[in-house]
Amino acid sequence: MSSKSSKKTTEEILNDSDFQSLSSQKNTISIILTILELVLYFGFIGLIAFNKPFLAQKFSGSITIGIPIAVCTIFFSWVLTGIYIFWANNKYDVLVKKVREKIGG
Amino acid sequence: MQETIIGQYNPIAVMFFLLFVISTLGITYWAAKRTRTTKDFYAAGRSVTGFQNGLALAGDYMSAASFLGIAGLVSTKGYDGLIYSVGWLVGWPIIMFLISEPLRNLGKYTFADVVAYRLNQRPIRAAAAAGSLVVVLTYLIAQMVGAGTLIKLMFGIPFEVAVLVVGTLMISYVLFGGMIATTWVQIIKAGLLLGGATILVLMTLYHFGFSYGELFKQAEALYTNKFLEPGGLVTSPLDAFSLGLALMFGTAGLPHILMRFYTVPDARAARKSVFYATGFIGYFYILTVTIGFGAAVIVGQKLIMSIDKGGNMAGPLLAEALGGNLFLGFLAAVAFATILAVVSGLTLAGASAFSHDLFVGVIRRGVAAEKEEVKVAKIATVGLGITAMLLGILFKGQNVAFLVGLTFAIAASANFPALAMSIMWKKFTTKGAVASIYTGLTVATVLLILSPTVWVDIVHKNEKAAWDIKEKVEKINKDLKIAAPGQTLTLEDEAANRKLEKDAATEIIAADIAVKGKIDTLKKGLKTAPEGVILSPADADNNKQVNDQIDQMLVTESPRIYREKVEAVTSVSPKPQPIFPLKNPGIFSMGAAFLVGILFSLMSREKEAEAKYEDEKIRSCIGIGAED
Repeated sequence: MSSKSSKKTTEEILNDSDFQSLSSQKNTISIILTILELVLYFGFIGLIAFNKPFLAQKFSGSITIGIPIAVCTIFFSWVLTGIYIFWANNKYDVLVKKVREKIGG
Repeated sequence: MQETIIGQYNPIAVMFFLLFVISTLGITYWAAKRTRTTKDFYAAGRSVTGFQNGLALAGDYMSAASFLGIAGLVSTKGYDGLIYSVGWLVGWPIIMFLISEPLRNLGKYTFADVVAYRLNQRPIRAAAAAGSLVVVLTYLIAQMVGAGTLIKLMFGIPFEVAVLVVGTLMISYVLFGGMIATTWVQIIKAGLLLGGATILVLMTLYHFGFSYGELFKQAEALYTNKFLEPGGLVTSPLDAFSLGLALMFGTAGLPHILMRFYTVPDARAARKSVFYATGFIGYFYILTVTIGFGAAVIVGQKLIMSIDKGGNMAGPLLAEALGGNLFLGFLAAVAFATILAVVSGLTLAGASAFSHDLFVGVIRRGVAAEKEEVKVAKIATVGLGITAMLLGILFKGQNVAFLVGLTFAIAASANFPALAMSIMWKKFTTKGAVASIYTGLTVATVLLILSPTVWVDIVHKNEKAAWDIKEKVEKINKDLKIAAPGQTLTLEDEAANRKLEKDAATEIIAADIAVKGKIDTLKKGLKTAPEGVILSPADADNNKQVNDQIDQMLVTESPRIYREKVEAVTSVSPKPQPIFPLKNPGIFSMGAAFLVGILFSLMSREKEAEAKYEDEKIRSCIGIGAED
């Protein structure tokens, strides 16, 4: 790991434009999706904490609007993981393959 | 009221359960022959596929507490139960976006591998092992006590026997079959649980003509619109946010969940497995909520709560009502299997923290033969298993719900911040990590002890009970009619007063278990007639005598009990107040762990660790050098 040749490789990889774009894209996507999930869940908690009457409104028949909102919070959490998978499979893995081929890893 | 056989010996349930045990022990035998190296024992040889691991993660996470508990909570509290089910899911996307891939690329067997990646091994491993072991043990106790109680209810076997059966099987799976057997136990259990819950939901929906509108219409008709609205469970916004944080980030700090990411071949499979797991778990919680509302309508709250106050039997009762004994037996066996799978995963995670982190990392300073490491892991498995059984029996009958809250608070405060900062922050240091882990552990534990859930409900249980009775009685007494000076009460008022006095006496009697027991036994002697049929004169006479006896007891015993058990307590001790106001300390303990970790890191620069960050980043991003 700490031999001279691998040290050189480390720097080379770090300066590689593909690696840089891969690393920054991954950070951006992870942070955006994490924030979306936080907004989604704490938005729901916020409604319970501050606006119970909103959730108590009727949505259809006896069903209150709070019920589909709770189910949607679960569903969209899963959709967010799907978005990440879609991005990772189509963009990230391609870049990773490219960088690994360059350094022969 | 509907009849139920729940609580009695149920041969069908036992048969299904034996089927599960025999097949899983068969798998364990098969797995034992394939478990030789540490990689086999801790990580199933990294041969699990993304889909399989997704199912296994779901199996590890969907506990009996969530299956029976959430259905019960929904059936008794309505919408409030739904709030919980959402909280249990939302940690999974966080695991995917922030944790799963770096964890797989950087570590070997435990999450401590990742925290220690570029820092000083020994102090980090000691701290991380402490965090893991406390989480594993508290969760194990909660599961064991829950297991004993639930199995007693469903199979009619004694609590201690149930705990021993669960403990012995869990030790066998882990000891002989390691992660390979544990993974398959999780997969089979997840399949059974998802399948069983799906069938139950289909039967429920069939009952309502496949219309959720009809289900909720009937629920509203029975329990008013309050049942379908957020109610009293979440009162203080800060409390709600704090619990939400603990649930969300606690999931991302559970050692038995994190450990599963080492069973797959690469980071791609790791992320895939979270996608499957999130889908399965989300689907499962939506099913559970339907089961809860269905049980409230079809079975009715009265019967559900007469069998178990917390509503835990809502699911099994619904299964019995819709599918008879056969389906009840199947579902009871599935619940048993569910408990087994979760405790096995926990035991394996605890054993790994002990052998891989404490024994090899701390005691042997990173150098140990594989054979020896596996041996220590196996000894730890037996030790942990026996400890869990003993603690489970010791805590019998105790209110252990707070332990689940504690588990998630500690996982979110001790494990998650250190893990996240080690992955994402270049200037994170050994001192920062160690301080962060111990701060999270201590603050979460101490605050939870000082919180209403422990300080009031458990530490000052007797004072709370006495004050509750005193307040209830005083409230009832306020309604008593008092005659104006020089006048007498009307007959109606007299009768109303007598009824209020009886209510007050009934409240008071609750303070004396012996007297309450006697009254409950008397009540069992009351005869009932089927609906629309009048009681026979002999039965009516019997009931009158029993009621008279009960009234007599209430009148003669309640003043003494009030004096000795209520006033004696309330006159010396004030009404118990929590020292820390929130029910879950998550927001403070997690905040403190991050803050202390940042402060200590900034105060202690570690150049070597900073230099290694670049290596870490490359390995974390593209998986070069990841363990295979």
